[in-house]
Amino acid sequence: MSEPMEKIRVENLNFYYGDKPALEGISVPIQERQITALIGPSGCGKSTFLRCLNRMNDTIRGTRVEGHVLLDGVDIYARGTNVVDLRKRVGMVFQRPNPFPQTILDNVSFGPRMLGLAKNRKDVADIVEESLRGAALWDEVKDILKKDALSLSLGQQQRLCIARAIAVKPEVILMDEPCSALDPIATLQIEELMQSLRKDYTIVIVTHNMQQAARASNYTGFFWMGKLVEFAPTEAIFTRPSQRLTEEYVTGRAG
Amino acid sequence: MMSQAETSEKPQFIWTEFVIEASIRVLGFSTIGFVLLIFLFLLLEGVPVFWEVPLKNLFGTRWYPNFGYFGTLPLIFGSAFVTLTAIIIALPLGVLTAVFIREVAPEWLREILKPMVEVLAGIPSVVLGFFGMIVIAPLVRVIFNAPTGLTVFSGALVLAYMSLPTIISVAEDALDAVPKSYRDAALAMGATQWQTIWHVVVPAARSGIAMAVMLGMGRAIGETMAVMMVTGNAARMPLDLGSLFMPARTMTATIAAEMGEVARGGIHYHALFGIGIILFLLTFIINLAAALAIFRKQRRGGLR
Repeated sequence: MSEPMEKIRVENLNFYYGDKPALEGISVPIQERQITALIGPSGCGKSTFLRCLNRMNDTIRGTRVEGHVLLDGVDIYARGTNVVDLRKRVGMVFQRPNPFPQTILDNVSFGPRMLGLAKNRKDVADIVEESLRGAALWDEVKDILKKDALSLSLGQQQRLCIARAIAVKPEVILMDEPCSALDPIATLQIEELMQSLRKDYTIVIVTHNMQQAARASNYTGFFWMGKLVEFAPTEAIFTRPSQRLTEEYVTGRAG
Repeated sequence: MMSQAETSEKPQFIWTEFVIEASIRVLGFSTIGFVLLIFLFLLLEGVPVFWEVPLKNLFGTRWYPNFGYFGTLPLIFGSAFVTLTAIIIALPLGVLTAVFIREVAPEWLREILKPMVEVLAGIPSVVLGFFGMIVIAPLVRVIFNAPTGLTVFSGALVLAYMSLPTIISVAEDALDAVPKSYRDAALAMGATQWQTIWHVVVPAARSGIAMAVMLGMGRAIGETMAVMMVTGNAARMPLDLGSLFMPARTMTATIAAEMGEVARGGIHYHALFGIGIILFLLTFIINLAAALAIFRKQRRGGLR
């Protein structure tokens, strides 16, 4: 395997909710077309960190960021950054499946329509099919595209949200505990899907489930109380961690 | 002295509790009782007109009670015309204001705007009618070059203004009930704030917005004083768009204007109550439609 490229480089990132620091001095490289998992106990800042990567924290009042997040070498927190363009490149899948209360078709075609990616109906149909195939959902919904998205099962809804995210052809997909609301079978489907998405996308996934990180990711970062304790290839984190805290956490003695 | 077990099985009879409970119950039932009595009264006084006056006359196009013409169509059409025009004006204004207050305005401005909207609802209708008569009517006359300023359009403007607080606050609640996760999903895809509002938030709140419009309409169709003061009160059939700038007469204004002059128990008297029944049915249907909208929303999975 050739040496992977760095897609995102985070340098010395601090994050505050009001005056309360939530992240301190985070520096981490995210490799292109790899799956990077972020683990750690609840409230350790891993989701907050994830939302820093596409500036979704901007939507929360009273938050503040220091440091740099370089996407292909360009700081996304630099003055004059177009946040809308940034989020086009860095998509997101949320903890609870959140399809719009519209049809399956409208959900997937929302992004392409809003961003002007489709010239006509045929383009829209093509993008929808491609995205749903990409999210391993096409065979299940191809005959019910006009049905309400909320009528799908939760696992299907989450894959629909993934299809909706890849319909705008992002470069990076952020996943915030995408399986926490799902049953084991739906979880497995999402994990398999992540492996196939890795061919085209850089994936960063937050998970509270260590087995999931061990099974599904290439790199793992371990967060503890707002700090990144250790970042290494997944295998190293789970078999020969360099920090004692990491070892205690992954073996279930801390956290 | 009773033992502990006995007191818990057989609670002591307490006089004050009984009196309070009984009076609350009586008050609660009396509310229902009054509504039923009013409805009964309306029926008793109004229903006779349906056999005293032939239906062809009653649903004719001429309302000249002094000459035996009791055609209620001009009044029904007048009410409908004024109300619909008012809603057409108030709907975009109200929904846009709600969107602004809920989605766009910074917090401090929202804190000012919300109570302002509620104050708007508290302005007495006669004051608005006066304002309509003195300010709006002359303006309408000059701008649209109408023979008189007391027109359907002037009445609709005043009514729109009166139904705005209802529409704004109910629509705002509906927008507020749209979960943040929908907004997040749209924003995370690179949609702009306006795209998020128009293509995700407003459609997700549409049943609530429909309810807001229904309630605003219910408010508008029952309004009397302001309408009587600014619509000119000519009972003519408003059949073309030009009637927008002509006087009209609503059902409510007719009842209010003529009730003082009729002989109690006469045909005219019964006819006015007959109009009251028709009005009641219309508002009932509108409120029912609003209630159905809420019901549908709940069935679809509530305020997700």
